[in-house]
Parts: sequence; structure tokens; C-alpha cells
Amino acid sequence: MRVALFVTCVTDALYPQTGIAVVRLLERLGVHVDFPAGQSCCGQPQYNTGYRHETEPLVRRTAAAFAGHAYVVTPSGSCAAMIREHYPRIGRKAEREGRGTELTEAARSLAPRVYELTEFLVDVLGVTDVGAYFPHTVTYHPSCHGLRGLGLGDRPRRLLAAVKGLDLVELPGAQECCGFGGTFAVKNPDVSAAMGTDKLTSAAGTGAEVLCGTDNSCLAHLDGLLRRADSPLRTLHLAEILAATEEEPLT
Amino acid sequence: MTRTDLGMPAFPDAAREAVRDGVLRANLRHATHTIRDKRARAVAELEDWDRLRAAGKAVKDHTLRHLDRYLLQLEAAVTAAGGTVHWAVDADEANRIVTELVRATGEREVVKVKSMATQEIGLNEALEAAGITAYETDLAELIVQLGHDRPSHILVPAIHRNRAEIRDIFRAEMGRWGRPAPDPLGDDPRELAEAARLHLREKFLRAKVAVCGANFMVAETGTMVVFESEGNGRMCLTLPETLISVVGIEKVVPTFRDLEIFLQTLPRSSTAERMNPYTTMWTGLGPSRGADGDGPSAFHLVLLDNGRTDTLADETGRQALRCIRCSACLNVCPVYERAGGHAYGSVYPGPIGAVLSPQLRGTDSEIDASLPYASTLCGACYDVCPVAIDIPEILVHLRERVAQGGPVTRHGIRVRIRPAHGHTAERAAMRAARLLLDRPGALRAGERLLARARRLAPRRLPGPGAAWTDTRDLPSVPAEPFRDWWTRERGTPQ
Amino acid sequence: MTSKDRILARIRRAVPQPGPQAAPGPDADIPRDYLRVHGARTPQERVDLLAAHLAEYRARVHRTDEDGLPDLLGRLLADAATVQLPPDLGFGLPSHPSLAFVPDRAAQTPRELDRVDAVVTGCALAIAETGTIVLDGGPDQGRRRITLVPDHHVCLVRVPEQVVDSVPQALPLLDPGRPLTWISGPSATSDIELDRVEGVHGPRRLDVILVGARGPRPGPGTRPPETGSQ
Repeated sequence: MRVALFVTCVTDALYPQTGIAVVRLLERLGVHVDFPAGQSCCGQPQYNTGYRHETEPLVRRTAAAFAGHAYVVTPSGSCAAMIREHYPRIGRKAEREGRGTELTEAARSLAPRVYELTEFLVDVLGVTDVGAYFPHTVTYHPSCHGLRGLGLGDRPRRLLAAVKGLDLVELPGAQECCGFGGTFAVKNPDVSAAMGTDKLTSAAGTGAEVLCGTDNSCLAHLDGLLRRADSPLRTLHLAEILAATEEEPLT
Repeated sequence: MTRTDLGMPAFPDAAREAVRDGVLRANLRHATHTIRDKRARAVAELEDWDRLRAAGKAVKDHTLRHLDRYLLQLEAAVTAAGGTVHWAVDADEANRIVTELVRATGEREVVKVKSMATQEIGLNEALEAAGITAYETDLAELIVQLGHDRPSHILVPAIHRNRAEIRDIFRAEMGRWGRPAPDPLGDDPRELAEAARLHLREKFLRAKVAVCGANFMVAETGTMVVFESEGNGRMCLTLPETLISVVGIEKVVPTFRDLEIFLQTLPRSSTAERMNPYTTMWTGLGPSRGADGDGPSAFHLVLLDNGRTDTLADETGRQALRCIRCSACLNVCPVYERAGGHAYGSVYPGPIGAVLSPQLRGTDSEIDASLPYASTLCGACYDVCPVAIDIPEILVHLRERVAQGGPVTRHGIRVRIRPAHGHTAERAAMRAARLLLDRPGALRAGERLLARARRLAPRRLPGPGAAWTDTRDLPSVPAEPFRDWWTRERGTPQ
Repeated sequence: MTSKDRILARIRRAVPQPGPQAAPGPDADIPRDYLRVHGARTPQERVDLLAAHLAEYRARVHRTDEDGLPDLLGRLLADAATVQLPPDLGFGLPSHPSLAFVPDRAAQTPRELDRVDAVVTGCALAIAETGTIVLDGGPDQGRRRITLVPDHHVCLVRVPEQVVDSVPQALPLLDPGRPLTWISGPSATSDIELDRVEGVHGPRRLDVILVGARGPRPGPGTRPPETGSQ
């Protein structure tokens, strides 16, 4: 099986280790990974801030970059949700503004081929035990766009539960937003930080060493708060846990 | 909208104060979590919840598509049953109509059932200017009125107050409005409810005029429906001689049968009960046309537009008019929980307020332009909405209106508005970002530059970036971006 | 142009207008595949569910038959000196020398009513799934205010015939032209810290008496309530 990795701009620039983990994990599972060079940002920050027209070139670019791939896999629930939920809306609005069906067609072609990583593992590859080893106590924060937008359900938790050595502890109030929310984090910094701090208090209360998530943007916000507070808790993307094995532990 | 909250600070500034108020944070957290868990249990009892939700949405959408027809049908039915129907384009007109109706009775005071529509138009203030005192009779509204306060929640306007604060308000203020609070007065909710009972009973027994809203109006029969819990509604709806209902035009439903949906979804979504203690349904003046002494002998219905038809004209935004004011979205909203209702600068706080106020009032004021951004788009509000309003979708749509401008309808006229003030720098940044992101070569160069300068990365950023670094560290910049790793390991990408 | 014309014109501009022959009724647009009733129950189970749900919202539920009713009423009204009655209760009453019955009259003022201790009425129907009794101002119920101002309401429900399962079953049995009062437990508030407290302005004490037919049950003439399809 051949897939295209949509690494996302945040992971590309700031969390390359997540992208590397996705590549190693998929290759270990026998999947051939391509990295189409034309990819960039999905346009979510622009779109969610109210700049739909600035988003449109990125819709075109993303659709073109992945045109030839049957499976597009991304380690971000919110970028997957952007493509699946909002690209069609952007297309419809452009049509209403009398600018033709080009964006609608781009969205229609791309959206059904896009999979968030845990969806791809569980639904397409049909695996929950990916042969990972991670001897730590972990708690999982389901990011909102994965949880409510994509309906990832318990896929991430099933994958984590199958990791050898991993002790999965429940995060109280797991379904509550961490307070990142894209530009919300800077437009409403006080509420954003208050939400993040409450999330971290819950996470710390579980006794976990690692707070795991499926979206590096949420984790950047939480990690930023943790490091400012000098907390021993650390954040990790789920892909990095799933990529770790006894032979190649996470460093 | 005449209510003068429009000098309000923008949401982020108001929210900052709330976040720092420890008592408020604790009050809100306790209250919202209590009701949130109860709601989830009440909803889980109904295996057909999703179907009820879809049906409720469909009833409202159907009604909105044929709103002119149903309003005319309603008017005919109410009139045939002995009521009088008035139409008000805006708050001023509605206030004028009600004031004149009260004046015509010769009375100087009215009792009120909690009503969002009358708060929206600032009716109490308008009556006061005309020398008429309006007594709020819902317990929470009483707390707000006695405390010279503003409501902060749709269902529980005094949610920001705890029992000790309420006791202090009752002790200090009840005597000025009528019967003083019992002395001594403790802070047990039972004791506080008893104090409200004693204080308000004399007002109920002497009242000649009552003002209310309605949760639903049935076009087919002219039936008005008010859901409540305390019995203050029943007091106002049945004891006085004159009853005046001020109701938003979107509250009409086609048939009596349609109530079977909302009688199941509204109580479970709002107070998290299978059924609220009291629901009153009346049709005009009843079978005897007011002659049997059961209920008022005069009934007036004031149908209120006040921005609703403008909202209806917006294809994405109009779904906000499905709202049945249950407040489930407030109770699950993590932003509301921290910012509190006052930060929204409107009688409609929380997620629904963030999409309703900027549509009813427009996005000209600072507060209204900031409301669409008062959300992380986490989607919890959409999940619990019993009429499936996609609040995040409307928020993004309104952000576009604020950031880019575009076509809107104002007072029935289609106009094109310019972007709101203060978005020029952001717009430039978004454009620059897009230009960079749309050129992978430039993006890659930028990433490399960032990587090379990573040791110089400051702990705190100046300007708008400070909003991040005031409380959070920046992510450390890696030695190389993913793209470079890929090229190094796998060769040039295709 | 009147405000009415202006509002209607704005609505017509705001939403696309259907053509002259296209006037779809709500039925075409509204999916009604939700349940008419949540679960299948025997009449006895339906009455039991009503009792359980009423009790959960702090109504006091009693069961008797017509023979036992006067005694039970006598006990429940032991604290009362004056008891309000609807025009025709349709049930036998206790005969206490100390108990004064007040008839429902149009001329009765709210203040006079406020001096009454308790009220006994029947009801139009009761709904098991929600624990609700519905009053429609019939002769056994009287004017709405008599079940509101006195602090103690005793409501009689003929079981099983007045009990339906669900809200969708209840509405077709009610006449929207009559004033309808839906009561689920005594007056309550959640306005202080969202904790529920029973007893504000309405009757703080609600006794519901489930009155079975006289003699061995099911008695002759006992009409089972319609069982809706699921």
C-alpha cells in the first residue's frame, strides 16, 4: 500500500520528529510513504480567523499536491477536519459568489481520500496493536476537531492501550477543549491560558508522565504552559509513542 | 437594539477581568458542571434523541422558510380567540406599544415573567422612563434586579452569584422594593427561595398587568406556551386582568402537534429534567373569551422583529433563529465557564450569544466585532444543541464578515459592509502568510532561516506575539524542518 | 406602510418565495420518525412509572380506590382548615366537622384564595414517561388559579384510564383551545447555584392520588388507555 504523508505546516516547521515517527511507523507496518513536495498549509488558520479568500489558494494547492494519491495520511485531526468539513463549504461559497465549481471539485476530489493517522491505522490497515513499546504512564487528551469534527471516537485510546509497557490512565474532563483554538490563543490569551492550565491540572492529577495528543498545535499550547511552569509532565504526539519499539525506543 | 450595553469593552478585555475573579470562576464552574452532567443523563434516557433533534431542526427550518404565512395564521388564530396582535419592527416600537398598553390600564406597575425578548429590548428601562415599575418575578431575575446587576445566563441569569452573595442582596435590597427579607436570613437555598416567595406574593396578589414572553406560539391554534419551574409564571399568566406577551417572530411553530418534540427536548436541554415543573398553554382569552374569570380578560401579543428578519436574510446565519433558548450551549462551553456571561456584553451570552448578538445588532461595535472570536470552535455547543445549530460554522462565517466585510442585510436593506476596525495589520499578516505558504520554495527558505536562528529565539515576544508568550513558552525550533530530513534521508520529494 | 407590512416584506425578501402552487405543508418537510412511546408497558407498569417519576420530582404519590378515597383525603387534609374545590370533583369527600370547603367562584379574589389552605382537583390526563399531570380547566379541576395560590394541591388521577405513556400520546387528547397547565412535581427552582430546590411560588406540597376502580381490578367498564404504536 502506498500513501502520501500530509505532514502539516506546524509539524513540518516545529515538530519534525512527529513526521519522522509517522514515516517509521507506517513503513514498519509495510506501507510505502510518499512526501509530495507541493504540500504546504491546509489554510485552517486563515479560514478560522475569517480570511476565507486567503484560504482558497491553499485549497487549490493542497488538492493539487495530493492529486495522485488514493490515501492521504496526516498526523493532525484538525487539518483533516479542515479538509473534510470546510473545503466543501469554501467551494459552495465560491460558487454562490459566482466563481465557478473549481474549488468544489477540488474539495470533492480530495476530502474522501484524507485520513487522520489513527483513522488510517484502525479503519484502513485494520490494526490496533502496531507493535510499539513505551514503558511509561500516559494520559490522552482528545483534541476537539478529532473528537467532535472527525468522530475519532476511541481509536486513539485503543491504539495506546495496545502499546506494550504503556500504562494508560484516564484524563478527567478529557473531552473539554484545551484552549488553543488557533488564533483564539492570541486573541483571547487569558481565557486560553486558563483553559490550558485547567487541562494540565487534570493531567497532572492522573500521575501520568506523558500527556499524549493527536494534534501538535494543541500540544504546542499545552507544552508552552508546562515549560513556563517547569512541570515534569511532558507532551508527546501519539505517533511518536506508536513509532517507539523495544529496538528503537523514543529518545 | 436600545439596550445600552454597546459601550462594553471587547470580549477579551471583559473576559480578562472574569478569569482573574476567583469567586466568579468557582461559582461558574460549580454551576455549569452540575447542570452539564445532569443534562447528559436526561438526554441519554431517550434512545430517539437524535431523531427528536432532527425533527426539531426541521420544524424550525420549515417555519423560517414560510415565516410570513405562519405569522399571518398565528395572528388570525390569536385574534379569533379574543387576543390582539401588534407588530414591532424594532425595540423602540415594541417598548412604545407595551408602554401604551400599560398606560391604558391606568396601572403604574407590572409583574414580569422572565423573558429574553423583553430584556433584549430593554423594556424595564423603557417602562421606568414612563413611570411604570416592572417587577421581575423569576428568582434569578429578582436577584439580578435587586442586585442592580446584569443577567449572565439565559436560563439562570444569576448564575454568577453564590448563595452567600444572594443572601446579602436580599438582606440589603428587598425592603426597598416591598416586603423586607426575613430576619435572620441564612444562605440555605430553601430559605432564600422562601424569602422570595414572601416578598413576591404581595405583588402577585395585587397585580393587574403582567408582561411575559413565550417559548412557542402555535400558528394553527394561536396557542402560546410558557415553560417555567417556580410558579411565578403561572401567577403572572393567570391572576392579572391584562396580559402582554412580547415574543420574537421566530418563536412560531406550525402545529399544536409540533410541541410534542420540544416538550421532550427543551426541558432536558435546559434544566436537565424530564419535564419542567410547570408549562402553561393558553389560547387568546380561552373558551369563554375572558368571561369566566379564569385568567386575564385582555391579552396582547407583540410580535418582535428587532433584527430577526435581517438574520433570516443570511443563508448561513439564519440557523441561529432555530434557537429555543435552552442554554445547553452555555453550560458546556469552556469559554463561557471561564469568561462568565457579562463578558459577552449582551442579554444573550455564551456560544449562542456570540452568533446571535452580532447578527441582531450588527458588527459595528467593538464588543459585537469581538464576539465571533470568543470561541475555540471546539464544537461542544453544536453537539448539545437540541435544534442542531452549527454554532462553529456561524462563528467562522461572522469572523469573515468582521475580517473581510461583505454583504449583509440591515433594517431590511442589503448593503455591503467594510471590514471592522483593527483588522488591517491582521489582514496584512494573513496575506503575507498565504503568499509564503503558497510558495513551497519560499516556505522552505523561511523554515531554514528559522532553524538557523533558533538559538536566538526569545523567551518573550514583543507586540501581538506577547499574547502567546505572556503565559506560554514558544516551541523550540528544531535543527531542521521535516522537509529537510526527508530530503536528507529519502532524496528530493516528488 | 404598517410595521406588519414592513416585517412581512422583509421576510419575503429574506427567504426565497415558493411559487403559487408550491405550498408544501409541514408534513413533507419534517421527519417524524422519533418514537411515539419509549418502551412497551402494561397498564399497571404505566401507572407504576408515573408514580415513580412523580415521586422523583418530590410529589407525594398515594394509591387507593374510590372506597378508600375519603379516608385518605381526610388524612392528607388533616392540617387544613379550608379546602378549595372545583365545580364538580366527581369523587366522594371526607366529612370532617372542622373542614370547610370553598367553592370555585369567578368573584373570588386572589387574596381570598391566598387564605385557603389546600385544593383538591382531578386532572385531564397524566403522562408516565415524564411524571406529568395535565389540567385543562374541566369541571373537576376549576379555574387555573385554584391549583396555584393555595400551598397544598391534592390531585386525583383515575388509573389506569387517565394515564398515557408519553408526550406524543398526550397532545392529541388535549384541546388547545382550553387553558392547559402541565404540572411535574411541586414548584421548584434551580436558580441558586443550579441546585434544585422544591417549593417557590406554586403549591409547595403536591399530593397525587392514583385512584383505582372500586372493587376487584380490572373492574367492568375500565377502559384501557390507547396503546400507541412504537
